[in-house]
Amino acid sequence: MKNEKHLHPDEMTADMPVGMERRDFFKILGGGIIIFFRPWSAVEAIAMPAEQGRSLPKDYNAFLRIAEDGTVTCYTGKIEMGQGIITSLPQMMADELSVSLSKIKMVMGDTDLCPYDQGTWGSLSTRVFGQFMRTATAEARGVLLGLAATQWGVPVNQLAVKDGIITDSKNPARTMTYGQLSKGQKIEKFLDVKPVMEDYSKFNYIGKSYTHSDAVLKVTGQAKYTGDLKLPGMVFARILRPPSHAAKLKSVDISGAEKVEGTKVVRDGDFIAVINENHDKADEAIVKIKAEYTFNDVAVNDKTIYDFMLKADASVSVLRSVGDIEAGRKQSVKVFESEYHDPYLAHTAIETHTALAQIEGGKLTVWASTQSPFGLKDGLTRELGFPADKVRVITPFVGGGFGGKGEYQQGIEAAKIAKLSGKPVMLVWTRDEEFFLDTFHPAGVVKIKSGIDKSGMISFWDYNLYFSGSRGSETLYDVANSKTTHHDEKRGGTQVHQFGTGAWRAPNNNTNTFAREVQIDIMANAAGIDPLEFRIKNMKDQKLLDCLKAVADKFGYKPGKTPSGRGIGIALGTDAGASVAHMAEVKVDKNTGKITVLRVACAQDMGLCVNPQGATIQMEGCIMMGLGYTLAEELKFEGGNIKDRGFDSYTIPRFTWLPKIETVILDRQNQPPQGGGEPAIIAIGAVVANAVFDATGARLYNMPFTPERVLEALKKV
Amino acid sequence: MDETIKFKLNGKDTEAKIDPTQTLLWVLRNHFGLTGTKFGCGTGFCGACTVLINNEPVRSCQLSAGDAAGKNVVTIEGLATNGNLHPVQKAFVEFDALQCGFCTPGMIMNATGLLLKNPSPTTQEIKDGMENNLCRCAAHLRIVEAVESASKEMKGGK
Repeated sequence: MKNEKHLHPDEMTADMPVGMERRDFFKILGGGIIIFFRPWSAVEAIAMPAEQGRSLPKDYNAFLRIAEDGTVTCYTGKIEMGQGIITSLPQMMADELSVSLSKIKMVMGDTDLCPYDQGTWGSLSTRVFGQFMRTATAEARGVLLGLAATQWGVPVNQLAVKDGIITDSKNPARTMTYGQLSKGQKIEKFLDVKPVMEDYSKFNYIGKSYTHSDAVLKVTGQAKYTGDLKLPGMVFARILRPPSHAAKLKSVDISGAEKVEGTKVVRDGDFIAVINENHDKADEAIVKIKAEYTFNDVAVNDKTIYDFMLKADASVSVLRSVGDIEAGRKQSVKVFESEYHDPYLAHTAIETHTALAQIEGGKLTVWASTQSPFGLKDGLTRELGFPADKVRVITPFVGGGFGGKGEYQQGIEAAKIAKLSGKPVMLVWTRDEEFFLDTFHPAGVVKIKSGIDKSGMISFWDYNLYFSGSRGSETLYDVANSKTTHHDEKRGGTQVHQFGTGAWRAPNNNTNTFAREVQIDIMANAAGIDPLEFRIKNMKDQKLLDCLKAVADKFGYKPGKTPSGRGIGIALGTDAGASVAHMAEVKVDKNTGKITVLRVACAQDMGLCVNPQGATIQMEGCIMMGLGYTLAEELKFEGGNIKDRGFDSYTIPRFTWLPKIETVILDRQNQPPQGGGEPAIIAIGAVVANAVFDATGARLYNMPFTPERVLEALKKV
Repeated sequence: MDETIKFKLNGKDTEAKIDPTQTLLWVLRNHFGLTGTKFGCGTGFCGACTVLINNEPVRSCQLSAGDAAGKNVVTIEGLATNGNLHPVQKAFVEFDALQCGFCTPGMIMNATGLLLKNPSPTTQEIKDGMENNLCRCAAHLRIVEAVESASKEMKGGK
């Protein structure tokens, strides 16, 4: 018995057939009012990394449509992966248009229907894109009121609007809904949008808590992720993978695979895949391929990588410098020198990279779990030679990203196999492939030299960062003499990373905040000053000072000199425009070295908070996910061979780790919104390390704090 | 070799002519179109593929279709009755106990199995019982709260 609820992918976008030209909107969608706006401007360009730069599109793209039934549809290249913008973006639109939330629909991550977007990362959706969208929506409302004013022959300022109903204030019996206004209309408006500051406190939806609007779909199993789609004649594919990133195929015998019932082998050079209509048969076939490799692995592993980095031939650049380090050193009564290590981390979204590719009538369509639908489209154009207007990428729900799905190799691979086989191809990376092909959080070393003067002020700060990224490496404290130096890979220099690295939730900020906040704690201890007081004393940033005060109040912090034996730690940082301060309480078993995190409190200034419940959930998730990199996660590797290939050896946070979590979002209704999906993860390593020191006097410099490392540190107390 | 397998699926007597050595997970997903049961690791370590067999939460990636013969299989699609969400589903919505939602069906099936066996679990028993279901978005706090709430609701009030 076939279940009829099995959705054909085309139903994902309801009434929108494949391959629609933008100019045909009215033909396809019927009448209505469509507001186009330039989605790309200098402001958004600034917010993206330079290497992702791209020429501005010459065209306006569809952005929002007011249909004849009053429904407002927002078309955005952003995607939903659990961060909750499917809920918070409509909140921003509902307010500006004065319509109820239920009237707003989202069409996300479809390259044929949505305006270009560089990708969903960097906590940009609300703070940058959301601001454009909100402003464009406000202008759309102006357009609608203008139309009504013309129809009634009254001045615009005589009109009021509530719940999508326009009223003539001089003649209150005269009303019209947006739907009625759009009826029979085929109006296109083109806007150039500059976000303007607003008094957010006047809004009805912004600032209020809403449950994820996709929750019912997700608790019933109805929400469709890429792997849930099915096309007629679809085959499952598996790809032959080398055992190491430094391995090259020497010889191969595919005959065994071809003997597995229903299997076909496709090949383009070293790219070899098996396809089968039966998922398990593809699994069975791929291991029957006999392949031999030559290896060219560099002799480095997860233990030696830090030394390797410090000895590498690197490019050296000074990121920022104020005052004079030498002068600062001379004023110091105490000088500190520490080295911090942070390992490679895997993303391990529970949904592995998945793609479905179909070539039909010369057009390539790829459904993919990706944070970058337009990046994948460009990749498909480049690598498969399809013209851009013959490539469409559609993004169903994404089962977790954390930065790891900014890459989209699986989409390219599925398309290649579809091209080679002539069939629709479903490619679901195995967990082993997910680990092997991940773009890992890069390992890194931070070396800090710093000093304090006789009054307990930080006299100098000499910060050296090796091979991790610089996000979060700002000094933050008020230091007259400070310098930040970045040692990074250079052309022709040592190739340090033996496999792909990339963004991992709040990329690299976890490394930098860990190093900085432990060093601050070391100095506070040496100065004999309470670590909260030491931070306040050396800090001028009002947002961070407010966060510190808020978290101390929430936590019920009582001052004391470390190590107090209480097991309480403090740390702070900034990320994606937001500021955070954390406090934690831990228990350390001195016999086993096991750390139990009992409590974590976090105060966050994220500017205007659009959906407080959604933001709170992100903070809770950041804290719990942060315990993973803090206590357990460390990718094992040998040269180009990733040794952790599953959840059996790579441990991520579990239910019994759950501490008491307390969150405070500072009320900032008069400030523009900032990032909310990443900031609260950055200080978890430091806050736990500082709490362990307070509990035991043992100082931890290397993440994660495994029982072995804790026992080693305890020996030095 | 295909064989006819009979079992109860989401309350209905079902038979299918399939290769009984295929994993139950992929038979549910690909043959029956019940895609709410997710593939997360294929090795039994993540719990995204959890279904109930005779009221016991099991990893469908570790079973073959033949293992289900003669048994009562319930997937996430079979939990709601007459369009009403099961108390565990309802609690997951009320407590916003999910983010990306990919582990959610497995979490709900595991929690349902847990409550069938132990209708009044302590918080610690909930954590222990959910321990081997992985959630990378780290929605653990709200999942525990949701299961606590569902347990009360299933017993008919506070």
